[in-house]
Amino acid sequence: MSEVDIQRIVEKVLVELRNRMEEKQQLEEQHEREVESENEQLFSYDVMDWVTNVPTPKFPKGIEELRKATPARIGVWRTGTRPLTKTILKLQLDHAAAVDAVSGEVLDSLLKEFNLFTVETCYENKEVYLKRPDKGRILTEEAVKTIKERCIKNPQVQIVVSDGLSASAIEANLRDIYPSLLDSLKVNGLTQGTPFFVKGGRVACMDHIGEILQPEVLVLLIGERPGLVSANSMSAYMCYRPRKGIVESERTVISNIHSGGTSPIEAGAHIGTILRKMIEQKASGVHLEL
Amino acid sequence: MKTSVRLMGKTYQFQSLKEIMAKANEEKSGDQLAGIHAQDTQERIAARHVLSELTLADIRNNPLLPPEEDEVSRVIEEGVNEKIYASIRNWTVAELREYLLSPNVTNNEISHIRRGLTSEMIAAVTKIMTNLDLIQAASKITVETRCNTTIGQKGRLAGRAQPNHPNDSLQGIKAAIFEALSYGVGDAVIGINPVIDTVESVKAILNMTKELMDKWDIPTQNCVLAHVTTQMRAIKQGGTADLLFQSLAGTELGNKAFGISVDLLDEANELILKEGTAAGPNVWYFETGQGSELSADAHHGIDQLTLESRCYGLAKRYNPFMVNTVVGFIGPEYLYNSKQVIRAGLEDHFMGKLHGLPMGVDVCYTNHMKADQNDMENLAVLLAAAGVNFLIGVAMADDCMLNYQSTSFHDIATLREVLSLRPAPEFEKWLEKMGIMEHGKLTSIAGDPTFFL
Repeated sequence: MSEVDIQRIVEKVLVELRNRMEEKQQLEEQHEREVESENEQLFSYDVMDWVTNVPTPKFPKGIEELRKATPARIGVWRTGTRPLTKTILKLQLDHAAAVDAVSGEVLDSLLKEFNLFTVETCYENKEVYLKRPDKGRILTEEAVKTIKERCIKNPQVQIVVSDGLSASAIEANLRDIYPSLLDSLKVNGLTQGTPFFVKGGRVACMDHIGEILQPEVLVLLIGERPGLVSANSMSAYMCYRPRKGIVESERTVISNIHSGGTSPIEAGAHIGTILRKMIEQKASGVHLEL
Repeated sequence: MKTSVRLMGKTYQFQSLKEIMAKANEEKSGDQLAGIHAQDTQERIAARHVLSELTLADIRNNPLLPPEEDEVSRVIEEGVNEKIYASIRNWTVAELREYLLSPNVTNNEISHIRRGLTSEMIAAVTKIMTNLDLIQAASKITVETRCNTTIGQKGRLAGRAQPNHPNDSLQGIKAAIFEALSYGVGDAVIGINPVIDTVESVKAILNMTKELMDKWDIPTQNCVLAHVTTQMRAIKQGGTADLLFQSLAGTELGNKAFGISVDLLDEANELILKEGTAAGPNVWYFETGQGSELSADAHHGIDQLTLESRCYGLAKRYNPFMVNTVVGFIGPEYLYNSKQVIRAGLEDHFMGKLHGLPMGVDVCYTNHMKADQNDMENLAVLLAAAGVNFLIGVAMADDCMLNYQSTSFHDIATLREVLSLRPAPEFEKWLEKMGIMEHGKLTSIAGDPTFFL
């Protein structure tokens, strides 16, 4: 091996080393950039979260205490009489999420978990659903046929689930409320018929279902119109002998069922007791004494 | 009664006053849902034209819902002063509009003629008024009412503190009340919509708010917006309520859907006058909103604006302290977008004021409507210019219990500054005593809820 050769090899090794170093550096830099960008994402998420504060509160510890007491947007401070920028942007972000929740759909796999088959109202599509609530109160002819074929007639308790105005309310709460509802039926000595899911339902679809199946009481778990704090809020509407011509005040309701409101497990447990009282008093809504 | 008109070479023939009234309305999804709307814009103007030439007597003599069939109609009929009616019965609806807008006609003249008007006449004139007409005419009318404190004076804008909580936590409700007070809001009422409509829960909220008012010596009134029967039971069991609340509909059938009747309201009225905690004489808080009759299938083919006006005819019977039209709460099937909400807000405020009612507006929308916060800010400015008695104050406009957006504490404070409006006088004095307001402006400590800890 000549000196020249050696030098070439050394040079080659050096180049190689330099390349590797550079590569390593590039990798490190890239990694750093990724971490940075991750941080940036985290950071930007934090920015979008609720971070405005009263700068010099009279009781600094009190602010947290008050905020913990409610999901309402309090302690947000102001510039003049207007809210701070981050508070406004957070509000707009949450509004955007709620608007998007209206257009969602419940996954079939979730319904299968609870053996709920699906029938539809005459809602046609989401836009008609919003403008024509009357169509969401009537089941299609096919739905009526399916229900007659598959459901027990004249059950003591009929359970119905519907997406209503928030499919994500069903996704978020069904796994908690449903088992606890079944337990509370047992505890209260009640028996149920054949439960099912109604797509495109409005509250008063209970009346049509009541006509078809003639249950003693019916409970409808339905997605509420989404709010900003809770796009996942569910209501449980209950009625004694639901039928056409029932007025709103003859229904009993537990609203605001979600993790930040009435907990779905508690709500489920409560429903059985209410249904039992309905059967005992042969009444629901304003005529029911709880 | 002339029911046809020839416009641009085309003859429009209407069958009934009901049809003319419905078709004269600005476009509303609720009238479309009911299937009673004008087929096109020209038909709408034709209906408006015919309506403008009808006399007030034509309207009274052709009842949309006869008194024999409906108790709200009876309440409205009983309220008419026959002498005053006789003096204006030959006015056309157009003449009524021009009278209201004429510069010589002030609050005094309007207070006089309103006693000869029915809710249907008021609805009719509203249909032929533009948005700015509605603002100007309403701004002439002052309706002051007194519960513990007085609201409704010229140059004042009150706010309801609406500190709702998703599971009625008393601590949570209190926290939001502190925030409201720190922005100078709560002079109209501290009013909570409960989730749980039981006597115990309603009583607990009533008593907590009353204790808070006593502790801080706050000159305002409290109210829990449960069903009236629940409030009555709570009051009988020692609940401390200044105001009784109830939602109203414009037909007997609609009220049945709300679980109420004139008899029940009369009974409740007697109870609150006897066992309420307020000085009075005005001790009712009513809420209304276009579309509620149709949503209960209790509309009798009458348009939603006219039915809303009939709610005010019913409200009048009880001399309420405050009436609130919850204008965009009911959803897109009644008011589809911001344009319709803005129109309805101005209509309701004007109609209520012409009835002589202390009108406030819940300027609001739901997340399935085509509207956003900017639209609400616009309407709030228009209403403040029209002299609205009060608006709703919710933390950052977001009601975490009712799932809709209204106006915020910040918004009410801003409207007061921009339009030189003040809080209700007794409340303003209290704010000054607390150091939250000075010369009508919020001080540096305003906006700190821990002030009340």
